[in-house]
Amino acid sequence: MGDMPAVFPTNPTWEGDGSSRIPFWAYTDEALYKKELERFFYQGHWCYVGLEAEIPNPGDFKRTVVGERSVIMVRDADGAINVVENVCAHRGMQFCRKRHGNQTEFVCPYHQWNYSLKGDLQGVPFRRGVKQDGKVQGGMPKEFNTGEHGLTKLKVATRGGVVFASFDHGIESLEDFLGPDILHYFDRLFNGRKLTLLGYNRQRIPGNWKLMQENIKDPYHPGLLHTWFITYGLWRADNKSQLVMDAQFRHAAMISTRGNRGAKSEVTAGVTSFKESMEIQDKRLLDIVPEPWWQGPTAVMMTLFPSVIFQQQVNSVSTRHIQPSGTGSFDFVWTHFGFEDDTPEMTERRLIQANLFGPAGFVSADDGEVIEFSQSGFEQKPFHRALAELGGYDCSNTDHMVTETLIRGMYHYWRKVMEV
Amino acid sequence: MENPTITMQAWLALVQLHADYAAAVDREDWDAWVDFFTEDCVYKVQPRENHERGFPLATLSLLSRNMLRDRAYGIKETLFHDPYYQRHVVGLPRILKADGEVIEAETNYSVFRTKLGQETTVFNVGRYIDRIRVTPAGLKFASRLCIFDTEMIPNSLIYPI
Repeated sequence: MGDMPAVFPTNPTWEGDGSSRIPFWAYTDEALYKKELERFFYQGHWCYVGLEAEIPNPGDFKRTVVGERSVIMVRDADGAINVVENVCAHRGMQFCRKRHGNQTEFVCPYHQWNYSLKGDLQGVPFRRGVKQDGKVQGGMPKEFNTGEHGLTKLKVATRGGVVFASFDHGIESLEDFLGPDILHYFDRLFNGRKLTLLGYNRQRIPGNWKLMQENIKDPYHPGLLHTWFITYGLWRADNKSQLVMDAQFRHAAMISTRGNRGAKSEVTAGVTSFKESMEIQDKRLLDIVPEPWWQGPTAVMMTLFPSVIFQQQVNSVSTRHIQPSGTGSFDFVWTHFGFEDDTPEMTERRLIQANLFGPAGFVSADDGEVIEFSQSGFEQKPFHRALAELGGYDCSNTDHMVTETLIRGMYHYWRKVMEV
Repeated sequence: MENPTITMQAWLALVQLHADYAAAVDREDWDAWVDFFTEDCVYKVQPRENHERGFPLATLSLLSRNMLRDRAYGIKETLFHDPYYQRHVVGLPRILKADGEVIEAETNYSVFRTKLGQETTVFNVGRYIDRIRVTPAGLKFASRLCIFDTEMIPNSLIYPI
């Protein structure tokens, strides 16, 4: 017995100051997860809710979530975008059941309390009671004030057609939240052109939500797990690349420029997923046309902590919304889009390249799978820890991909906010 | 609308096509899968939401038999995934149009998934919207849209539906 660690630690602590050895319990502990929801999703952070293009007209709405809380993003009659919590002020009913639509007001079907598109309570049936035999029966107390019983309104920020919201009205500006370096890459993708919606993919991944952030902060795996990436030079350790973080190391951009397609080199030696003789039969799958707004890089993957990933991988652009659901599961919602000045050929190209991504994607179906099996590993030995020491122990920007610095950066921030 | 009718022989061929297709994908015979299609076929697996809202994005969008071949190669050689069996249960086709050269039909399907050591689960449920061409080599799919109801794909979708 002696030196054997308890498999299920009762009072887990993170040893040392570093962030390179991540305890498995960080992915399995219920109480920690609730604290994550509080501190990352419900306070101090801007969370992704959608694109303006999803609600182009007054009255258009989309139901989505911030953390585990159901919210509605809605455009009001003035054209402004509001985000309100989908919980009736009366009895707490999650009144909005449609995922999208157009309405002039919100009405809770239970007792028909109705709210404006800004979330203000407009009317309460039988508020003044009911007249019966010349007598007024019941009704709300005289001092009942509709002004005090609106829906919970979130603070909203929009930029470049992307909508963020926060329950925390004291939060810093979206621009300060992102910081100048990340903002640069955000503005590169969302550069003011109107976005057009191509559609959604929805998948439920049985793993901790943080693993999705880590997956896109990890340039170690794409040139190994993803045969397509390495074989066609889309993402390889010898691509010209850069890893950039905000000052707090919470957000990141992984920037890469496609190298020689199929070229065999030192980095592919011994990589069993590299397939020298692999050839695609229908070339349209990789009919890549460089776009001026790329300004060079063929791929920029942005992870905005905690809730969203913005993808530009060659001509495929999408947002990927992380929707946590307990310690061991999250929903992953992909919104593929294009730009209003896209030619029909470019739209077709984006749609065909979408075969690389999403729940069936040639290079991302397997990301969901590895996340599932990491979580299984964590759950069977929560006393253990993961290792993210490629490239050392520190968190700093780099001009190469042979490092796990972004994961260390994220856990540096995580430990600080979580006080773990 | 008058119901389009086909001959009994054509009906049997159509039902046999569905049964053969299901058997091929369930036994993971991807070469056989490719052979069910015409050269310039369309094969899409698309969420019902996108289909009904007019969004073109499909979870899988393959626009030729060569793209199907690329997918088959991906399944065999490049995609890492948990091993699983799939089992199709396909309903009877509802004929929408038939003119001797092309049959248009809509057919409900459900796909069950069984992973090693685990219970069988409902993996994907929807309907096929098919355009089937009568060719000298038998019936071939010119277009097969798998429009699925399943709101959340349970992690990943590897094999064709």
